[in-house]
Amino acid sequence: MADANESGGLMTAVKGMGSHLRNSQVWNSIFRPGSPARADGGDSPRNRAYVVMNNVLYHLHPVKVKRHGVKLSYTLCLGGLSFFLFILLTVTGIFLMFYYRPTSPQAYFDLQALEVDVAFGMLVRNMHRWGAHIMVITVFLHMTRVFYHGAYKPPREFNWVVGIILLLLTLLLSFTGYLLPWDQLALWAVTVGSNMAGYTPVFGEQVSFALIGGVQITADTLLRWYVLHVLFLPFIIVIFMAVHFWRVRKDGGVSGPL
Amino acid sequence: MAQLPDNLLKRAAEARARAEGRSVDEVLAEMKGEAPVVSAPVAADTAASAASDGPTRDLDAESAQYSVPRGLLERGMRARAGADGSSVPAMAGAVAAAAPSASQAPVASASGTAPATGPPPVVGPPPGVRTQRLLTVVKAGAIQGTTTEPSDKVNVWPHLLAIEFVALLAMLALLTLMSAFIDAPLLEFANFNAQPNPSKAPWYFLGLQELLAYFDPQVAGVIIPGFGLAALAFIPYIDRNPSVRPSDRKLAIAIFTVFFMSASILTILGSFFRGPGFNFTFPWRDGIFFDDLKTILE
Ligand code: HEM
Repeated sequence: MADANESGGLMTAVKGMGSHLRNSQVWNSIFRPGSPARADGGDSPRNRAYVVMNNVLYHLHPVKVKRHGVKLSYTLCLGGLSFFLFILLTVTGIFLMFYYRPTSPQAYFDLQALEVDVAFGMLVRNMHRWGAHIMVITVFLHMTRVFYHGAYKPPREFNWVVGIILLLLTLLLSFTGYLLPWDQLALWAVTVGSNMAGYTPVFGEQVSFALIGGVQITADTLLRWYVLHVLFLPFIIVIFMAVHFWRVRKDGGVSGPL
Repeated sequence: MAQLPDNLLKRAAEARARAEGRSVDEVLAEMKGEAPVVSAPVAADTAASAASDGPTRDLDAESAQYSVPRGLLERGMRARAGADGSSVPAMAGAVAAAAPSASQAPVASASGTAPATGPPPVVGPPPGVRTQRLLTVVKAGAIQGTTTEPSDKVNVWPHLLAIEFVALLAMLALLTLMSAFIDAPLLEFANFNAQPNPSKAPWYFLGLQELLAYFDPQVAGVIIPGFGLAALAFIPYIDRNPSVRPSDRKLAIAIFTVFFMSASILTILGSFFRGPGFNFTFPWRDGIFFDDLKTILE
């Protein structure tokens, strides 16, 4: 009996602290009006609008969207999933960067060490690699679904072009990452791939030289592709994604219904 | 009664007083509810107007004074006389009873039932002719027009965000499971002197590598992918058909499907059906020569 009383008292104390916290200035300065985390953030049409409007999310989503646009069967979430995979790849990629040096023998041995010595090292490396493969697939399928919906028609023509640039950047990101393990698979896949660029009419040699940083793949190529992979291409793709998402909204939200 | 601003009330009172030939104070008091309503205003006005200006009103002077076209004044005068004709009998009772509803008289005249029983035989407006003065025209859209078209929209929170969150969790689960069970390949250290046979590009370029088996490298490696990419990028400017209905765009769908299928088939051929020397093999007979997939399947 005494026990029950005591735990009841504890519960009340915890609840009191909780509501005190939720009414504090610090809490209310973090969660803007309408947030379900706030004491006054109950579920009402006004607060539902505020959740988006008073949130950094407002940069991505409007307050309301066409009902058919939220049907899973329309977009299949493919664009959103491509974006999510990109974020996941950024997070796992930063993790990998802590253990990786883009120089000739170290790159390979760093990965070997990562797989056995680092907690969750193997898991994170796997997620980065498989995630990259899946992202190429989702981006390609996203393009396909956009085509079959005719969603590139006016006023969305330019967003389709932006999308093609995103597809190209996605492939380049994946391809530059392919070299980084510096194993036989990496070296020869990249050799075959970049040989193709060397067949460019007229400027073939120059293109190939700029791409691999020399007349053949060396450790310099590794550094070059590393910088492209972790800095340059992500920077560019983020800019194009920002334009892409902005245009989706400005062009009137997701297209359709058919 | 709704509270009207004093200046509006005064203006209305002035106008009515002028029309009915009464004093402004009297009308104002009546409008404010401080004095009993003097029967139907139109009727009340009869007595006054008949007594004071009646047929001797100087319409030209009034027209100049109030900037109202003379024709309108004339029409108003005639209309009022017509109304009087109908409401004279009622007026006596009204004055005696002090206040029957003010709307009676206009109703009587508007319904065109004006019986020609009144003493002054006047010509009223033909039935259906309006006798009010048009003060101003307010465009409907300015006050009550709805600007937004009705549409079927839902809140992003919670409807869209919930779906996105579930999709995200599902993807995360799939990727985590896959990564927990299948390790990414890490072959031997890069060796410039030992080219593996076959050497294959990453899978998304294997369609192109497959093309290399049929065409000149310039055609397969640069021209076809270059023109292919350009064609893809220009799709919205080539396909000018505005319809998005599948039945209206058979040609576009057919062309894209051919592109999609040939890209897939070439990629599958390059991935699974090419072995040492990039020669044709059957994966079920000779095994798979495609390292990432090999690690997945083993
Ligand atoms: C990194 C790659 C990409 C990301 C992250 C991305 C993301 C998105 C997202 C989130 C949407 C909203 C609707 C949806 O989810 O389907 C969208 C729409 C769209 N995307 Fe992408 N996208 C990418 C690549 C592409 C590509 C390759 C194309 C086409 C060549 C493309 C063309 C479009 C178009 C035209 C829309 C508007 C569709 C509509 O209104 O129905 N995007 N994209």
